[in-house]
Amino acid sequence: MDRILVVDDEEIMRESLTDWLKEDGYEVLAVEDGFKALEAIQKQTFSVMLVDLKMPKMDGLEVLREVKRLGIETPVIIITAYATVDTAVAAMKEGAYDYIIKPFNPEELGLAIKKIIEHQHLKKENILLRKELSKRYQFQDIIGKSPKMQAVFELIRTVAPTKSTVLIQGESGTGKEMVARAIHEASLRKDGPFIALACGALPETLLEAELFGHEKGAFTGANFQKKGKLELADGGTLFLDEIGDISPKSQVDLLRFLQEREFRRLGGTETIKVDVRIIAATNKNLLKLVEQGKFRDDLYYRLNVITITLPPLRERKEDIPLLITHFLEKYNIETGKRIEKISEAAMNILMDYHWPGNVRELENTIEHAVVVSEGNTIMPNSLPDFLKKKEPTPIDTSKSLEEMEKQHIIQVLKEQQGNISRAAEILGINRVTLYRKMKEYDIKIEDSDK
Amino acid sequence: MKSIYILPLGEIAPEILTAIKTELTNVFQVPTKILMPVANPSYAFEPKRCQYYSSKILKAISQYLPHDGLRVLGITEVDLCTPVLTFVFGEALLDGVAAVISLARLRQEFYQLPANMAILINRAVKEAIHELGHTFGLVHCNDSQCVISFSPNVLSVDHKGSNFCPLCQEILTNRIVEMIEPK
Repeated sequence: MDRILVVDDEEIMRESLTDWLKEDGYEVLAVEDGFKALEAIQKQTFSVMLVDLKMPKMDGLEVLREVKRLGIETPVIIITAYATVDTAVAAMKEGAYDYIIKPFNPEELGLAIKKIIEHQHLKKENILLRKELSKRYQFQDIIGKSPKMQAVFELIRTVAPTKSTVLIQGESGTGKEMVARAIHEASLRKDGPFIALACGALPETLLEAELFGHEKGAFTGANFQKKGKLELADGGTLFLDEIGDISPKSQVDLLRFLQEREFRRLGGTETIKVDVRIIAATNKNLLKLVEQGKFRDDLYYRLNVITITLPPLRERKEDIPLLITHFLEKYNIETGKRIEKISEAAMNILMDYHWPGNVRELENTIEHAVVVSEGNTIMPNSLPDFLKKKEPTPIDTSKSLEEMEKQHIIQVLKEQQGNISRAAEILGINRVTLYRKMKEYDIKIEDSDK
Repeated sequence: MKSIYILPLGEIAPEILTAIKTELTNVFQVPTKILMPVANPSYAFEPKRCQYYSSKILKAISQYLPHDGLRVLGITEVDLCTPVLTFVFGEALLDGVAAVISLARLRQEFYQLPANMAILINRAVKEAIHELGHTFGLVHCNDSQCVISFSPNVLSVDHKGSNFCPLCQEILTNRIVEMIEPK
């Protein structure tokens, strides 16, 4: 049922409006001043607010201003028995939906409310349709409509039913463990266990004990037998995070297991065979570590049967609004709040930021914003301070000057849709020089579409 | 069996009262009786608007509901309004015991047209059923033919029928049965 909030200091007006609106099938809450109205709209949603212009303490225009400041989108109809052109203009300028003089013609107010309600029903329908659409942009808990994420989803679907070892690469916070879980959930092993182990956090000996388990008395402090993660993950999936950080000795142990699919507990003599799918993940460039001799090439090739590379958030900014909607829903449930949207200004700030901490950082930011927001909309002042100080996008220092120049030219050409003259002007070089550099770096116009 | 009571507020033409009595009995399926008239509702007069507040009349006529009364419907010739509306053809409280209708704006003469008793009776019957419908918990219906649809002007009163749509009729019947034969 649609709910209407009536704000009028005169009891007779409140009663009369309430009775009339109830006959029209609306649920009505009537309050006598602006403070109570503002309290009410932060607790529940109303389809329309009917606010009297002249009230002691806080007049109708002040109420309207506060509603807008809180980012609450409920349309406000200002009602008054003392109409002047000035107040009407002021009300409309402040964002009132309508301005109606008391007493009203029954047709006038009825139609104004009906129009608003119909508009809101359309809006709700639109939101539902969007939700339906967003399901297409979700793979279990992973969200993304960008071509890069759609390709990741496709790869997950392809590899999930196989037994292959998977290597997930991506910066911190890109959701590597979520992808590993998604593969497990979509696989035939989904009824088996999913065990995760953050290898990088453990010293070599501890990692060994965690992976393979130990017998009683295997080492000082081993007072009882303990099963390792490999055993616990039997019939399921073992997710080894931060694989690029493990020691050479651990690399050998893991390689042996991957080759033989069997192991012995520390201090044990019995060979244990397990059926475990290994999914490894790293935020490092494993191939580079191999080249530097820091990671065994044979282990690399064992792990790298199928590689899924997760793009950093800055490379899939079109997914940010979708992710925000997802996190808003999540934290509304967790905090019991009703934040419905994000203001354009706040969205611009989030879109401009380079998100070094990726999706995890975005999630933390939205959680912060939901907690501190007062109304039903996230405004810029609800965002953490670090976002408001514009930081330059970091430069990738691993690239050579030539590579940087090439990438910059491709980027500018892309932004200018391949227009050479405009790109040359932005780059501060003439067209001939740009053509020469394009030839030198083997840049074709179609590269700028990539 | 409980009855609906019609209370004339001032002098009301007998043919109007009789027509309303007959139609209410038909539509609500409960006996309808006409009470002795009471004086014009001068207590509800609002001098600034030269009209009468319907809510004040509603409060007053509730006291005239007899012990065996289910609902009381006041009928008046005075022009009614509420503090927020410029006029009303009638008023009732949702799930209340009293309703009131005014004949003032249902008359052709109000719109500078020749008097027509048949039209007046037709409109008065619809408004009486409409307002009493509210007292049984019905809200405005979106079906413009349903008698409980909202009528902001006399043209829309003429447009709608004098019966409830099937859905509203079912709700109404259930409500009345519950009241007359409580479980």
